[in-house]
Parts: sequence; structure tokens; C-alpha cells
Amino acid sequence: MDNTTHAPSHSAHPGYGTFIKVWVALLVCTFALVGLAHLGQGPAVWGLLTLTPLKAGLVFYFFMHLKYEPPLLKVVVLVTLGTLLIFFALLFADVAFR
Amino acid sequence: MTHVHRDDFGSRLGMWLFLVTEMVLFGGLFIAYSAMRHRYPMEFHHAGAELNAVLGITNTVVLLTSSLTVVLSIVAIQRNERSRAIGFLSTTLGLGFVFLIIKGFEWAAKFHHGLYPNSAHLATLPPGEQVFFGLYFSMTGLHGVHVIAGMGVLAWVLGMVVKGTVNADKYVHLENAGLYWHLVDVIWIFLLPLFYLAA
Repeated sequence: MDNTTHAPSHSAHPGYGTFIKVWVALLVCTFALVGLAHLGQGPAVWGLLTLTPLKAGLVFYFFMHLKYEPPLLKVVVLVTLGTLLIFFALLFADVAFR
Repeated sequence: MTHVHRDDFGSRLGMWLFLVTEMVLFGGLFIAYSAMRHRYPMEFHHAGAELNAVLGITNTVVLLTSSLTVVLSIVAIQRNERSRAIGFLSTTLGLGFVFLIIKGFEWAAKFHHGLYPNSAHLATLPPGEQVFFGLYFSMTGLHGVHVIAGMGVLAWVLGMVVKGTVNADKYVHLENAGLYWHLVDVIWIFLLPLFYLAA
């Protein structure tokens, strides 16, 4: 190995167990979401607005290793999500006062 | 030995910047969905009942598990457990095929009932339901294209793991392929409640 290469910047690597736990949490959220959808339109929408972003967050944070990445990557993702939220807000501001 | 410039963080940052454009691409479609569902709540509810929720939920479990096996293959490669990494990646590819087969059966049933883009039957439905199926086919279709692309990339990386060019010391290709696959999974996480649980 020559010294000019940079070693991967990960510090401590998480093990198999961490990710299996996250997968179980994702399955639990999925079935909770399905259960809520059976309770009616109100709970279904609440499930959609809470559990779905939670599931996406778990995938981003653990499976996509954001937890182990430096702040720059976290900022890139947050700025994107913030931009999308602004688009959503602008759209509904338009729809609501049409 | 020749000097090889290497910047693993830069590679991952580049991949994330690409994924950000994907998020905005699908984000636009999600915004369109929200606006149309706000405009046609009853039609979306009614058309959503046409979709097979069991197939949608099954495919969610399939994709979540395929995401798990990708991330486990990274743990395996970090620990120099090459055959395990190959096993995990092959499982992901297999689950990708299962997803596409289920999707194929689902779409075939819709086509059989005369529900496909620009069909004569679709034209007889109320405008809100036409919009629902239009979004359904474009969003699950675009997602399906991403699944096929992701499988191609994963198969290529699997080849590199087998050859040993992706190894415990250098595995950023596997990480980036995994990132793409996880994003495809995240998009499906949103598609499930928007379409299959809409009724």
C-alpha cells in the first residue's frame, strides 16, 4: 500500500446488529402505517405525515451512513429537503388562495 | 507503484449530489400528487381502492430487506469477509428481481382491467381518477426504471467484489452503489402510502 492514498475516513464501523435493528424498526413502522390506514382517512393521513418521513429518516441516517458522515454531507441533504419543503409551502399557498 | 489519486469522501459527496437531483426529480412528482389529491380527494380515494395493497406492502418488505442486505455487504467487505459480501449482494439482486416480478404481475392485472396509459377505459373514468392513474403509472414506472438501473450498478459492483477490485481497503464503489439503491428504497417508502394505502 503506498502512502499517497488516503485511507477511508470512517472512524468506527458499525456492525451487522445495528443495521438489523434498524431493519426491524422499518418493518414495525411499515405495519403500523398499514394498521393506521385501516382505521380511516384521518389516522391514515397522520401515519403518512409522521411514519413515512421517520422511515425515510432511518434509511438516510443509518443505511445511507449519514450518521457516520461529516457535517458537509448532512448539510447537503438538509438543504435539499428544505428546498423541497419551500416548494411544497409555495404550492399550497397558491392552492389555498386560488 | 504509480500514484493513484484517491478521495473516498469526494466520491461519496459526488454521489450524494447526484442523489439530491433525484430527490428533486421525484419531489416534483410528489408535489404534483399533493396538489391533485387536494383537488380530487374522493377520486383518489376511490381509484386507490383499485390497487392491490397486499402487493404494495409485500414489495415494501422486499425492498426494505434488499436495502438491509446492501448495507450488510458493506459491513462484510469492511471485515474482509468477501464470500459473505458476495452472498449479501446476490440476495439484494435476487430481491430486486422479486420486486420487478411482483410489479409485473400488478401492472399486468391493471392492463387486463383496461387500466393503462391512454386506454379507452381510462378515458371513461372521472378526470380525478385519470389523474390518479396517470401519476400511478408515471411514478411507479419511473421508480421501476430506477430499480432496473440500480440492479445494473449492483451487478457491476458485485463483479468487482468477485474480482477483488472492491475490497476491505477500497470499497467506495460498493458504498455509492448502495447509496443509489437506498434512495430507490426511500422513494418506494413514500409511494406505498401515497398509492397503495390511499383508500
